[in-house]
Amino acid sequence: MQIAVEVCNVSMTYQTPEGEIHALKDVDFTVNDGEFICIVGPSGCGKSTLLSLISGLLKPTGGAIYIYGDRITGPSRKAGYMLQKDHLFEWRTILQNVLLGVEIQRAVTPQVKEKAIRFLETYGLYEFRDKYPSQLSGGMRQRAALIRTLMTDPEILLLDEAFSALDYQTRLAVTDDIYAIIKKENKTAILVTHDISEAISMADRVIVLSHRPGVIKKIYNISLTCHKRSPLSSREAPEFRFYFQEIWKELDIHV
Amino acid sequence: MSEHEFQTGAAAATEAPISAEHARYLRKLKREKAAVRLTQILVLVLLFVLWEVLADARIIDPFITSQPSRVLDTIKTLYAEGVLFKHIGITCLETVIGFLLGTVLGVLIAVALWWSQFFSQVSEPYLVVLNSLPKIALGPVFIVWIGAGPVAIIVMTLAISLIVTILEVLNGFVNTDPDKIKLVRSFGGTKCQVLTKVLLPASFPNIINALKVNVGLSWVGVIVGEFLVSKAGLGYLIVYGGQVFKLDLVMTSVVILAVAATLMYQGVVYFEQWVLKRSRFI
Repeated sequence: MQIAVEVCNVSMTYQTPEGEIHALKDVDFTVNDGEFICIVGPSGCGKSTLLSLISGLLKPTGGAIYIYGDRITGPSRKAGYMLQKDHLFEWRTILQNVLLGVEIQRAVTPQVKEKAIRFLETYGLYEFRDKYPSQLSGGMRQRAALIRTLMTDPEILLLDEAFSALDYQTRLAVTDDIYAIIKKENKTAILVTHDISEAISMADRVIVLSHRPGVIKKIYNISLTCHKRSPLSSREAPEFRFYFQEIWKELDIHV
Repeated sequence: MSEHEFQTGAAAATEAPISAEHARYLRKLKREKAAVRLTQILVLVLLFVLWEVLADARIIDPFITSQPSRVLDTIKTLYAEGVLFKHIGITCLETVIGFLLGTVLGVLIAVALWWSQFFSQVSEPYLVVLNSLPKIALGPVFIVWIGAGPVAIIVMTLAISLIVTILEVLNGFVNTDPDKIKLVRSFGGTKCQVLTKVLLPASFPNIINALKVNVGLSWVGVIVGEFLVSKAGLGYLIVYGGQVFKLDLVMTSVVILAVAATLMYQGVVYFEQWVLKRSRFI
């Protein structure tokens, strides 16, 4: 199987006037093509830093990252980023929002616009193409944000707590929705979350990070017996509870 | 599905027949609005009538307070002499130029300050001092340096409105959600694209706010400038009228000034609505 992302002995130290913050230490893992990886860890363990490093927004202070064999040295078009909130721009219509990424990369052509329209049609947003974000529901906004990312043809998707701004019910529905789209488009994805259930329900593998400085504590291969895997049906699998207990113990959270 | 529900929900909200209670509520709203507007007009009319009547009855001295009929006469005289629109025109022109320059330069300097962290840190104490300094104190300096004329007046206007614009626009930049900037950068966006795609549109409410404040400040700048140096304009008429004790002239100029300043403010409001309509929400 082809390797999509290689994270080789990556360390990250932030410099602040008060001292050094060791966010990540010797993090080493690979992601296979088409795989869905979830990274869980206590808050402040450097989960989001890891995504910023993979996307090239930050440079690691040690180690190296490769996407399909190419070393990442700056913001990379190979990685598509999805943030906590949808961050659709209120002053743009849905179609204009969806075109933001390609517009920034100066790649808007009539074909690209057609592609955007096709995406909007496929994912039920076509009627809303000339509406503004405030006129859409939370789930539809998240879907529009995903299409905006997909428009730039990223080879891997980086989801930074991409669902945590939604209320619980919407979140379950949106997770199912976005998961289906990612699978349909055959994308490799890395999701950072603090929600153990969410991680198990979506991931092929779950990586558990420790407290700061974040090191990999354990990697779980998730294999669930369910008819057709989706985040919602995964929650009904008999093994779900087992993984939950394991990861919960591994996280070792004290209040 | 969820979007279907959303559509029917939205449609129901707009197309449902209005209940009697809702109709009553809407009528009540309308009545209240009309009452406010009517009272506003009545207060204005009453004020002018009172002013006129009291002056006619010599309860107040029209030599000191002037009166509406004298104001009208003064306007007629100025018009007959052919200088009415000259004075209005000069003052308005100075204000508009000062206003536009202040806005454009203010936004440009705010962009420069955002662009360079170093420049921004260096200029911070200077901005603080310039912001608290009463700019009117610089009036004589401008006159000596630039000479008594419209240019000195425009510089005066600029001095008053520039710093406020810079600070307000910069405030908008700083308060833009950093994740929106991160989003643009994750697409490989340059600093220039961050500015044009996110910061400027996101700061639009701040820019409009600065414009609204600037309208008022520009008038202050121009009138103070004209007090100090000019040979024409509404500010000149006020000072001249005060010196020769022609209060009719002073009051007339103030009334014209009030109308002109209101029109300009409304202009900014229309500009705001025009831009909003073109670009979002509606």
